[in-house]
Amino acid sequence: MKRFKYSEVTPEKIYNNRRTFIKNLGLAAGSTLVGSNLFTSADASTSKEELKLTDYRYVTTYNNYYEFGTGKSDPVERSQKFKTNPWDIVIDGEVENPITLSMEEITEMFPSEERIYKLRCVEGWSMIIPWLGFPLNKILKKVSPTSKAKFVKFISVLDPEQMIGQRFPILDWPYKEGLRIDEAMHDLTILVTGLYGKKLPNQNGSPLRLMVPWKYGFKSSKALVNIKLVEKMPTSSWMKASPNEYGFYSNVNPRVDHPRWSQATERVIGGGIISPRIPTTMFNGYGDEVASLYTGMDLKKYF
Amino acid sequence: MRSYFKPSVFVLSTIPFFLITYKIFFNKLGPEPVKEITHFTGEWTLIFICLTLSMSPLKRFTNFIFWIKIRRMLGLFVFFYATLHLLTYVVIDYRFDWQQIADDVIKKKYIFIGFAAWVLLIPLVLTSSQKMIIALKQNWKKLHKLIYVIAIFGSLHYIWLSKTIFFKPMVYFVIISFLLILRVNFKGIFNK
Repeated sequence: MKRFKYSEVTPEKIYNNRRTFIKNLGLAAGSTLVGSNLFTSADASTSKEELKLTDYRYVTTYNNYYEFGTGKSDPVERSQKFKTNPWDIVIDGEVENPITLSMEEITEMFPSEERIYKLRCVEGWSMIIPWLGFPLNKILKKVSPTSKAKFVKFISVLDPEQMIGQRFPILDWPYKEGLRIDEAMHDLTILVTGLYGKKLPNQNGSPLRLMVPWKYGFKSSKALVNIKLVEKMPTSSWMKASPNEYGFYSNVNPRVDHPRWSQATERVIGGGIISPRIPTTMFNGYGDEVASLYTGMDLKKYF
Repeated sequence: MRSYFKPSVFVLSTIPFFLITYKIFFNKLGPEPVKEITHFTGEWTLIFICLTLSMSPLKRFTNFIFWIKIRRMLGLFVFFYATLHLLTYVVIDYRFDWQQIADDVIKKKYIFIGFAAWVLLIPLVLTSSQKMIIALKQNWKKLHKLIYVIAIFGSLHYIWLSKTIFFKPMVYFVIISFLLILRVNFKGIFNK
């Protein structure tokens, strides 16, 4: 099987050979993995620009990572000295075999693969990023969740010494997020160790972050230290900050507006001043893969 | 010397405009250029609101009359940058998609209040001439108190559009609140 490796193709080349790129992408991840919706039907309704990988410099300089400040360039400017070694991750809670793993053990036990996903921020912009990572379900199966494990809680690092944003009550630190167990076990949900074929930069959530491509970006927690299987639905930091604005599910949904901002359209990062907004797609284009998780649910109520 | 003062303030006030024009033509706007222009013009509108509101307190504390002489010009720059801000949103961001724009103005409170602030600026601009000051007499002062409402709307607009009040939206809120509190006649309240 031919694999699409980032090191073989630069963004400029991809842009010039869009068809090969799309073909490779399909071969690389299998049509069921990377949102086939997004990449095959996209050219009919949206601009070609959408199929271009976002420049590495934008992916690594335009970040929301409030632990390092609320400005977009704060994370890259303030995180370079952040220590990610040694780093341990605890996986515990409602499991048969709780475990603590070092980052070395994780990279050894779970080989990373390339996954090209679209990241849609709740602020109304999107990027297409070649992540390196592995399905979260691999690590969850390792610890054998019990029948009580209905949800997964993700806890990020608490280190106000190194993270200036945590010295202010911007959010309920440490950053907390959550998924329903079936969302967490879904093959599209990955733990990320790198991007663009390289080690994950600090500003993108090094050493280990979550990536759930059909949900708004804030669901994909950075710098994880604890993955806890729990019985009750966890309250995320954003839910706590503003319960009527941030729901537990936070699936990308153009029909359900954030109370303050419209979610109908988005801007593609790197598109330039003349590139128009594009329509946002249901589940960020991953509907074929994940819509079945929400059958019968009122997504206006469970936003 | 005094005669150079007003023209220099005018030239200084146009710097942000030339800066953003330069950034547009030389592609220095970063990953999200449209948002950058929107935020830039929006923030300068707030800065000029703060400057305009600072003039009469400055006159009170320093006893120099020239603060009042440049107040009108600064107020007109508020309208200038607010209009650029609005045009960025209508022309560059939403490309005259009136359906979507109308939807936003009605449903999104930060857009509504921002738009309301811009509309309220119009009567102030129309009555800014010396002629109008004379024609309106006492009413002119009353009418121009609208700038206080506009300042509050502007600050709320920034708070509501942001994911969190930290830090810049809070900074402008504090500055504007401070400038408005300076105007409260505490003596009058206590003497009642």
